[in-house]
Amino acid sequence: MQALIELKQVSFGYSDKLVLEEINLHLHAGQFAALVGPSGAGKTTLLKLILGTLRPTRGDICIDGCVVDSSRKVRVGYVPQLETVDWNFPVTVEQVVLMGCTGNSKFLPWHSPADKHRMHDTLVALGIDALQHRHIRDLSGGQQQRTFLARALMADPDLLILDEPTAGVDLRTAESVLHMLAELNQKGMSILMTTHDLNAAAAHVPWVICLNRTIVAQGVPEEVMTVATLNQTYHGDMMVIRQDGLIIIQERPHSHSRHEVLPNPVPGHAP
Amino acid sequence: MTFLLEPFQFEFFRNGTLAAVFVGGLCGLIGVYIVLRGMSYIGHGLSHAIFGGAVASFVMQINFYIGAGIWGFIAALLINQTVRKTRISADAAIGVITTASFAIGVALISRYRRFTRSFDAALFGNILGVKQADVWIIIGITVLIAIVIFVLYKQMLFTTFDADVAQVYGVRTEWVETAFALILAAAIIVSMQILGVTLVAAALIIPAITARLLTDSFNRMIVISTALGAFSGLIGMFLSFYIDVASGATIVLLQSVFFVVALVFSSWRKQVAQRLIHTHV
Repeated sequence: MQALIELKQVSFGYSDKLVLEEINLHLHAGQFAALVGPSGAGKTTLLKLILGTLRPTRGDICIDGCVVDSSRKVRVGYVPQLETVDWNFPVTVEQVVLMGCTGNSKFLPWHSPADKHRMHDTLVALGIDALQHRHIRDLSGGQQQRTFLARALMADPDLLILDEPTAGVDLRTAESVLHMLAELNQKGMSILMTTHDLNAAAAHVPWVICLNRTIVAQGVPEEVMTVATLNQTYHGDMMVIRQDGLIIIQERPHSHSRHEVLPNPVPGHAP
Repeated sequence: MTFLLEPFQFEFFRNGTLAAVFVGGLCGLIGVYIVLRGMSYIGHGLSHAIFGGAVASFVMQINFYIGAGIWGFIAALLINQTVRKTRISADAAIGVITTASFAIGVALISRYRRFTRSFDAALFGNILGVKQADVWIIIGITVLIAIVIFVLYKQMLFTTFDADVAQVYGVRTEWVETAFALILAAAIIVSMQILGVTLVAAALIIPAITARLLTDSFNRMIVISTALGAFSGLIGMFLSFYIDVASGATIVLLQSVFFVVALVFSSWRKQVAQRLIHTHV
């Protein structure tokens, strides 16, 4: 099967500092994957390389068989980290969401009725239609996340890339965002997201990629979320608890001993 | 009524007022994008850079608009590319490129002293020297820039909001940046004769910041800033005529007064809103 995203021996560095080294990655269409790793591991840089806003120092990146450039065939939706957004910029939810179809629209200051209709449907689907005329600063964390997800969906993407969509939102909102992504994935959309929330990734995302400058491991959460892999990824002392099919990951307090805790091992899910 | 119409007997006032209204509106319009990009210093820097271009044009006997235009466009592009492709921040890039360009102008003046009077006008503005041909050039450039902004409105809004993400969504940000550099250079060149190198930056920034204080809407910000710039040009010319003060300085001082009024008004509005929230809690 041809890969939707394929990275071959990709390395990238800022001036003399190598951020990513020898990355080989192969994600196929319809896959839902989470990129996890500590801060500074190169997660956002890897997303930017896939998006084409950064060029690799070495190696090749192909999206649907084509080398990444501005004329790619695959439609991509991108949700950046909320902390990178200028919340004081004078725009409403409606204006931000309509930005998602700017690349394909005509050279006129207004959007077509079809685009506006689609925007309304998207806002309704995400439950933020009542906020259409509100300034983006006046939204809660969850509403902000939905606004930028709506913008990404306006591009009618084949591939949705999200940079920490669960950061800065409460537990319930994070769950709701992940459920929404799972639904989109079930409809056939390919999704790649970064996250610091290992428990959410283990519970909701079917494919996990552990990154720390290079890819440490990748696979289904049951195989990847092990003490050995996570310790190698985070250079920390991680604790993995498996109970009733759930995987709970916690960094071990420094005073505790270094042992993986397995109260009720699930058959067939060896760590 | 006579009070209002009397100055229009003079051709210099008619030309100067028309030029001031169009230049004020144009600076107000472009200023919105400059302020929202967080590049407020670029107007100041680029006008100084273009001064270098203006001097070079005189020395090489090239048409002022063409010579200074090319010079300003290259300076704006250099600033954009330096910021995008290196780790140098916008203010540092503007500082280095534009002061170096200004220094070229000063060096050329000191070498060819016969141009001193013309460059006094370029530095401080000379609205009395605006001829009808200049007015037509200013109107032409203003209309052209307004058309470009109208056509590229969505692309410029997205690029101003977040250039990297706009690129991901298929906006040709490199073309938008190039068009903006061209627009900015053209606006500064036509404004230099009215306001002078030293005051162009203020006319670019003050109406936009004032408008930002008054609204949270991008569209309204554009309308308010443009209208405020044009209105300041008109009233500033009248004030300048009757109180006998340099017109460029009068226009900028008037804009500063509007800014202070808007600042006081927005602070008062915020306090009232907070009091209302406390009352209802």
